[in-house]
Amino acid sequence: MDATTTITQPIEEQPRLLPGDFAIWFFIFAELLAFGIAFLVYAVVRIQNVDMFNEFQLTLNREIGAANTLVLITSSYFVVRAIHAIRLNDVKNCVRWLYAALACGAGFLLLKSIEYQHLFSQGINLETNIFYMFYISLTMFHFLHVILAMIILFAVAIKAQRGGYSADNHIGIETGASYWHMVDLVWIILFPLVYVIR
Amino acid sequence: MKYETQGIAKLYFIAAIGLFVGQILFGVILGMQYVIGDFLFPEIPFNVARMVHSNLLIVWLLFGFMGAAHFLVPEESERELFSPLLAKATFWIFLAAGAATILGYLLVPYATLADMTMNHLWPTMGREFLEQPTITKIGIVVVVLAFIFNIGMTILSGRKTVISLVLITGLIGLAVFFLFAFYNPHNLVLDKMFWWYVVHLWVEGVWMLIMASLLAYVLIKVTGVDREIIEKWLYIIIALVLFSGILGTGHHFFWIGTPDYWQWIGSIFSAMEPIPFFVMVLFAFNVVNKRRREHPNKAATLWALGTAVMGFLGAGVWGFMHTLAPINFYTHGTQITAAHGHMAFYGAYVMVVLTIISYSMPIMRGQAAANAKAQVMEMWSFWLMTVSMVFITLFLTAAGILQVYLQRFSDTPLGYMVVQDKIEIFYWMRLIAGLIFLIGLIVYLVSFFVKGEEVKVVQSEAAEANA
Repeated sequence: MDATTTITQPIEEQPRLLPGDFAIWFFIFAELLAFGIAFLVYAVVRIQNVDMFNEFQLTLNREIGAANTLVLITSSYFVVRAIHAIRLNDVKNCVRWLYAALACGAGFLLLKSIEYQHLFSQGINLETNIFYMFYISLTMFHFLHVILAMIILFAVAIKAQRGGYSADNHIGIETGASYWHMVDLVWIILFPLVYVIR
Repeated sequence: MKYETQGIAKLYFIAAIGLFVGQILFGVILGMQYVIGDFLFPEIPFNVARMVHSNLLIVWLLFGFMGAAHFLVPEESERELFSPLLAKATFWIFLAAGAATILGYLLVPYATLADMTMNHLWPTMGREFLEQPTITKIGIVVVVLAFIFNIGMTILSGRKTVISLVLITGLIGLAVFFLFAFYNPHNLVLDKMFWWYVVHLWVEGVWMLIMASLLAYVLIKVTGVDREIIEKWLYIIIALVLFSGILGTGHHFFWIGTPDYWQWIGSIFSAMEPIPFFVMVLFAFNVVNKRRREHPNKAATLWALGTAVMGFLGAGVWGFMHTLAPINFYTHGTQITAAHGHMAFYGAYVMVVLTIISYSMPIMRGQAAANAKAQVMEMWSFWLMTVSMVFITLFLTAAGILQVYLQRFSDTPLGYMVVQDKIEIFYWMRLIAGLIFLIGLIVYLVSFFVKGEEVKVVQSEAAEANA
């Protein structure tokens, strides 16, 4: 980059390093660290029990898992649209997109519950074997995060509805959105890792 | 002092310091008994001294928290305490019950105490830290509920700040989790498991909320940094505490008969428990570096920074040292645990109570800060106690490592008592460090009585201090 371009680029246009409130990034990094460690541990234990993991992986419902992946990615798209709308000062559409994302979140919980119901009705629990221990604790921990992310997004949606955000001031929506994307991202790793990779 | 009823905190703090002295005296007796087994036997057997040492610690910290709440809440809520009479009554009832219980431990055999207090009607005695007779436990609940009612009413009818809300959440949590002390299942595994609901969820859960709010309050006062900034830090810290600490309870469930999955859950989440402590260090130093005023109370600032650092070392680093299940397989219940326990309790809780005492005592005695001489003396006591605690921890860690190796890891493991003989040298050194801690404590006590030129407060600072 030469000197001229540096001068012509106003400081305001420099994108911020991290969107949303900086405080949320402490949680996001802490969450990613927790999931990261858990995934690593899963991988190591799997290496030691490949056959057993492969055998029990087949009992999982991959179709529901894949559907849930689509649902969450779609929800993230809706959240992006919400941010886009508020940047244009379009509060009405912003709120709509946020509720659409929330509906996806609810859909995820519903599908996951069906999956759990099926497994639990067979008497499978944390103590059945180490594969199910990981499957249940990882997905359950993620499940709780979807609930938390929905609470955050719901609070943001209500505030948006009451006119609390505008094109100039929507850091709250960005904060909620960042957390939402994190939860989505974790699932995008979790799904292939636990359901698919053999 | 802005509100008259804040002065009630003084009663609580004096009692806290008095019990602290008792705790350390019994600590020294125990240190001696480690090397001279029949020291003070049969008058004060080891198990009784240990019970008194740990129970006094908990009781004086509770006095400290209660005192802190009485000092801080009126100022945060911008009103007098809801009921000063109730605050005084809870103090005297708590003190009398605490003293009677400790005397009970010392004067009659524990089994007799259990009979006298009719433990058979509702057996809750006999568990580490929860040795109190059932009647005392009920008394604690009544006192704490009355105290929370008083503090809660003050907060509800006044200004609500993040600090006072975090504090009251921590206090309510303290009361709620203590209720598990009344649940004593016959199954030993379940008994131990629920026992940790009190012990762990106190010190690595709700007490952390209390600690963080006290630290935040003192830092606002001594640095003049914007409340909004400090509140944001507070949010981050408490979220990280709960995130890592609740499931981190699992690290206590290793090798006690609970299902295997606790080894994974406990290891992963407790490995993250140092994070909130580290953030607390960042918080304290960051805020002090960005201070907007030079508060005359340098000692309080030193205690506040010390709390963050020692909490991180004692609870964070020393906790992490033996928190992973494969490591804990060897270290479970050895001197490594004792090392961690000493530095964590001192670093996180003793120091935070001394921080708020250091900040508030001069104010309750009508000064902005203690005089320069007294502050220098107080800082001496800070270094004496803190450095000797570091050494107590290091000696116990060395003893623990040797113990683990000789007794559990080596190809030719030795018996428990044989190993205890071999690591005796570290117990002697720990005893010396303990005596220096006692000297530090005496210096601390003396610092309250040192006379000197009163600290002059610049007008603008005085105005700000009242803000």
